[in-house]
Amino acid sequence: MTGAGLKIWTLHLALIAVLFSAQYWLSPYHATNLARIMVLAVFAMGYNLAFGYTGLLSLGHALLLAAGMYAAGLPAQLWGWSAGPAMIAGIAGGGLIAAVLGLLALRTAGVSFMIVTLMFAQAGYLTLLYFAPVTGGDDGFAVAATSRTLLGFDLSTDAPRFLAALTIFAVGLGVSLALVRSPFGRTMVAIRENEERSRMLGYNPFTVKLAALTISGLYAGAAGAAYAILFGYVGASFATIQYSILPMLYVLMGGAGTTLGPFLGALVMFVLIEAATGITTAHQFIVGAALVALILFAPKGILGTVRERWLRWLP
Amino acid sequence: MTKGLLHPTRRGLLMAGGAGLLTAALPGYVGAQAAPIKIGFQLHRTGIGAAYGRWYERTAQAALKLINDGGGIAGRPVEILFEDDATDPKRGSEVVDKLTQSDGCDVVMGTLFSHVVIGSAPRAGELKVPYLVCSEGYHVASGMLNRWTLQPGITDVRSQIQAMAPWISANLGKKVTMVFPDFAFGHDHRDFFTAKMAEMGGEVIAQIAIPPTEFGFIDSLEAVDTATPGLEFLEGTHFWEGHNRVKPADAGEHEAAYRAAVGVDDNGASVSDAADVSTYAHMFSTWETLFAIKAGMEAAGYQGPGDRQKFVEAMEAMTDLPYGIERPQGAKMFNGKTHQVFGTQNISQVQGGKLVRVHQTSMADGAYEDAVDYTTMSF
Repeated sequence: MTGAGLKIWTLHLALIAVLFSAQYWLSPYHATNLARIMVLAVFAMGYNLAFGYTGLLSLGHALLLAAGMYAAGLPAQLWGWSAGPAMIAGIAGGGLIAAVLGLLALRTAGVSFMIVTLMFAQAGYLTLLYFAPVTGGDDGFAVAATSRTLLGFDLSTDAPRFLAALTIFAVGLGVSLALVRSPFGRTMVAIRENEERSRMLGYNPFTVKLAALTISGLYAGAAGAAYAILFGYVGASFATIQYSILPMLYVLMGGAGTTLGPFLGALVMFVLIEAATGITTAHQFIVGAALVALILFAPKGILGTVRERWLRWLP
Repeated sequence: MTKGLLHPTRRGLLMAGGAGLLTAALPGYVGAQAAPIKIGFQLHRTGIGAAYGRWYERTAQAALKLINDGGGIAGRPVEILFEDDATDPKRGSEVVDKLTQSDGCDVVMGTLFSHVVIGSAPRAGELKVPYLVCSEGYHVASGMLNRWTLQPGITDVRSQIQAMAPWISANLGKKVTMVFPDFAFGHDHRDFFTAKMAEMGGEVIAQIAIPPTEFGFIDSLEAVDTATPGLEFLEGTHFWEGHNRVKPADAGEHEAAYRAAVGVDDNGASVSDAADVSTYAHMFSTWETLFAIKAGMEAAGYQGPGDRQKFVEAMEAMTDLPYGIERPQGAKMFNGKTHQVFGTQNISQVQGGKLVRVHQTSMADGAYEDAVDYTTMSF
């Protein structure tokens, strides 16, 4: 491993170590919120692989989040699956729907891709409502306690939930880092920067983009399944446009095309909303003002700016 | 080409997102008071429930003032901490967390929209905090939730339908076209009413769903003056009302005091703005839930969060809830097994542009068999 590689892996492992220790020095309230943030960050990491590294600006990731959530939640609800199999089903569900979405939507590019992904997500949301007798429709359903256990650990309690969220986050971060530093990751970036030139060099942009979107779907599926199992609720609201916009905002705030940006963005946005609601009922005003300030002074996001100005080795 | 797509879009979308959030915001400040008993209120201040949230907050504030003026709960002053849940289940769950763990509330209450209730109840159960909802949904009495979730302030939709369908069948006709909100509570109305009409020998011949996001529809459910020019076609139409918006001639003795407290005139509009029609049919639920909390805490000898289980058990022991200023909508019966309260319903008719009550159901009309016994579940 090169010096830069060592530095990069050390930084990422240090973050995981700090997050692990957080359960001991954070209050239960903040530790639970950190578990939520880690799950949301997994969603954002997946979005970052598609958007930040491959240039696929999707407005349909809510569909992939919901695919994972329902693929995990429905077997738990209908057949009493436990957390382990439900989690695997959720990840697979997200990846499968992403692959199907990619096969159809990647025939388009740019604004058309945004619109097509948005329409598929909306169709997915309406499908959940249409099959309300099974999916619970708008109401959704609470996941039974028996389906929220893994290897004897009750994932509805603080410590196991935190560790489960951290594990999913750590695996996601590690895979993301390894991926973007691999030859395949370089290809993703090459396609983002100049698709035609990549094609001329012998790469198949469609295959690479389909693979990137499918991997992104696996992340979204993992996040959806984790949310269902760790926080006990499955609902169609997670399939709405709001949940396609949120990972984009997390990634843009943290820094698109940086491995740690999605986590930082999710953390900052969550903390910002929490802090703002304690000060004023106009909390969305504060969040909006922060986003406007960000694009004025750091259009590449927090870590994108840090990388550009100071730490050029940041992945 | 790809780079060109990435940069302008990122900037444009951030701008749009920021501007959207800026314009969506409403000004105001959340105050903080030190008080021995803290009640967390999960408020639909923004999102599709905002039209209700505004009046729910006013009604809860009015009930709070009355309780504190009367010596609080067991002699201790009471404080309500309102927290916006954006009418969103994910945020709702976080709000329950915040009110309980960060703000130190003794109980959480006030939620109307059923998906927020279902999304939040698991977290309330995990935190072992009493969660008193005002949502009308059948989800509490159906057994879907947990022992910490109760609905002591408003009758559920299943009971409402059960009580009113016979009168509709007997007086208005046996063939019905349903126009309902295409949302969970609307689906409850659709399903229970269709089944009940079939039972009465009637038939729902068409079901027309209206998207809840269709501007004006939610508001038109109740927060619209029926005498508004252009609504003359409503003359003669019958409405369900949980609590009669226009003060009935034979209203109970506490009706005037309740209206004065919540700032509503005899037509159901704000006393400061006759065009600001209240969500009168539902908002009593927050008032009655607050008084139910008071009664439950006093019966349990509630001292602090360590007595939360005792509080739930005291609530479960409640049965008859007589008419009074604590329950201005009417007397009620609480079923401790299903955690659901049952009261009377009203059917009104638009006469001369005003809603006039033409029928009131009895509590027995809305009774149905228990689907759950929460008291057998562990805490």
